[in-house]
Amino acid sequence: MKSAIYAGVSAAALSLAAGGAMAQDAISNGSVKIGVLGDMSGVYSTGFSGKGAVDAVKMAVRDFGGEVLGKPIEVISADHQNKADVGSATAREWIDQEHVDMIADLTNSAVALAVQQLASEKKTITFATGAATAALTGENCSKYGIHYGYDTHALPVGTATAVVKNGGDSWYFITADYAFGHALQDNTSSVVEDLGGSVVGSSDVPLATTDFSSYLLQAQSSGAKVIGLANAGQDTVNAIKQAHEFGIVAGGQQLAGMLVLISDVKSLGTDVAKGLQFTSGWYWNMDDESRKWKAEYEKFSGGEAPTFVHAADYSLTMAYLEAIKAAGTDDADKVREQLGKMKIDDFFAKGGSIRSDGLLEHDMYLLKVKDGGEDPWDVADVARTIPGNEAYASLEAGGCKLVNK
Amino acid sequence: MSNTTSTTSEIGEFEQEDVSPETHKRGRIVQAVFWVVLLGFLAVAPFFLYPVFVMQLLCFALFAAAFNLLIGFTGLLSFGHAAFFGGAAYVAGHVLKVWGFPPILGIIAGTLAAAAMGWVVGSLAIRRQGIYFAMITLALAQIVYFFALQMPFTGGEDGLQGIPRGNLLGIFNLSDPITMYYFVAAVFIVGFLAIYRIVHSPFGQVLQAIRENEPRALSLGYNVDRFKLLAFVLSAGLAGLAGSTKALVFQFASLTDAHWQMSGEVILMTLLGGMGTIFGPVVGAFIVVTLQHFLSGIGSWVQVVIGGTFIACVLLFRRGIVGEIARLLRISSL
Repeated sequence: MKSAIYAGVSAAALSLAAGGAMAQDAISNGSVKIGVLGDMSGVYSTGFSGKGAVDAVKMAVRDFGGEVLGKPIEVISADHQNKADVGSATAREWIDQEHVDMIADLTNSAVALAVQQLASEKKTITFATGAATAALTGENCSKYGIHYGYDTHALPVGTATAVVKNGGDSWYFITADYAFGHALQDNTSSVVEDLGGSVVGSSDVPLATTDFSSYLLQAQSSGAKVIGLANAGQDTVNAIKQAHEFGIVAGGQQLAGMLVLISDVKSLGTDVAKGLQFTSGWYWNMDDESRKWKAEYEKFSGGEAPTFVHAADYSLTMAYLEAIKAAGTDDADKVREQLGKMKIDDFFAKGGSIRSDGLLEHDMYLLKVKDGGEDPWDVADVARTIPGNEAYASLEAGGCKLVNK
Repeated sequence: MSNTTSTTSEIGEFEQEDVSPETHKRGRIVQAVFWVVLLGFLAVAPFFLYPVFVMQLLCFALFAAAFNLLIGFTGLLSFGHAAFFGGAAYVAGHVLKVWGFPPILGIIAGTLAAAAMGWVVGSLAIRRQGIYFAMITLALAQIVYFFALQMPFTGGEDGLQGIPRGNLLGIFNLSDPITMYYFVAAVFIVGFLAIYRIVHSPFGQVLQAIRENEPRALSLGYNVDRFKLLAFVLSAGLAGLAGSTKALVFQFASLTDAHWQMSGEVILMTLLGGMGTIFGPVVGAFIVVTLQHFLSGIGSWVQVVIGGTFIACVLLFRRGIVGEIARLLRISSL
């Protein structure tokens, strides 16, 4: 009798344990947790990170239905203050303590490189959107790191090519002095030089500089036809505004912003930015599907129009959740494998796919600032669509060690 | 030697107002209580707190204790200790990452580099006193900062990333948070005991004599400059020990560690906890780091909260938390 009870109890315990293990196999720790780690207060907090990025991820979670495989989806966010050490410490705590399954945004290449490396050691998927450096999927690529939206290789292919073909064949760079700026300058220089142009000099500028005068004067006296701005966000806006105040453009030198967002154009005003060409991963006014998404987003976040980075944040969240659903688990290895198999084809990425080095290869667009349209955010026209395989470095040329050559 | 001991005990008597046996006994008991609480906390902390956070606490506590050796026990206000903390982090990081040294050798390399830097900075700075001393240390620390910004091996604004933790003595895998924690706790105890020993040695007594009355120490025949320089080198080296350990914990060395704000922060920790007390800097560091950690959600407002705490400390309990406890219990040193 007693032994029968024991047998019954142990059988029940066994089945409970097995059931527990199965549930754990599907979704770890009872929920899928997405961490948005970005610049929430600094030069990249508008357009790249900030509330706009968090809203895009939250909206995707809402549109997905708020749960996956029967478990809730949570979104948390934090400010890395553009400091790689702060970002890395936050990511470490998120993974160790909060059981975050995926980290998104990672604007600021220095932070992205640090977090991607750390997350890979801890088998956690990262999606870098705001970060630009091509090293994320090149020499610093990792198994769990995905770069989604654009990179420093794709940007100059559109912008620098267009500028050089218009006669701007000698360049001076004003470069943000960290991983991103240097990568962007290197990539742009090689595009310029391949087309027969030359680079006459450069100035390295600390991140979040407000006074560009000494750098602009050096650029002016260099005699270069084009001043290439290898920076982003508020830095680019400040540099362009001050270049106008110094009469550099009126003096015949041309400005080429290598990374410009529509929010930057709006803050400059179309009179200052008129004629500016820039490369983007997406533009809201390029087709019906995108216009519809933009309207939805404005309703959700209450006002500001989305930049291509925000659209990428939405798109990647959808892709990640779809991959969990298809793989039937949130296990990082299986989800990453599934992401590699899926086609990424939505309003944001046309005919995209995530390659084995982690790069989302998709079409890019060369935009040209026009006179303001009806919508205050209608600031540009699509001048050219750049096919994904032309914009991005090939798998072999990217230099990722994970790629079998 | 016997001469040294007799003069130091003389000075010891001079600064202690009340040396009755009861006070002495009470002091020992309270100090024992502090030791038990500290060691007890160290033993169990990782089981109810996030280990990396506790490791961060310990690194800063050691940094503040090292700084206190200089300001609290020698009376020298250095405004450039971040250079030793951050500089050691870079050296340790480079040695571990690029040269592939084992963790202990990496930490030793960082410590020695900081001590060497301390010797250079110290031998220049001790030629002046007061505000000029502080300004020289600040200026030299800024040189180190911009050096770190421009040198290729530090990674500039990107920082030195991905420092491997490696294996301790080839046996213990430091990637495991708990193993890493006990290693850091051991480093902290070694550094802290070294400071305790220095303060309570005849050498430490001479330092305190210099703090109280430099001309008198000079007239008693002590080579004051040599004592000051040695104190500076020891303090810099121990700050380097803390910095190297922090680099290993976070696998990261960055400009934040070498920035002048870090020098300001360590002064704040020391004053808040109690300058010139053994346990004060540890308490101060725990408070400041905990505030920064749990208030990180409010962004720049953390600085306002910490500033307010500092003002309250200066206005209400000028001796710092541990200093006030010592005063209330009427014991001479804690």
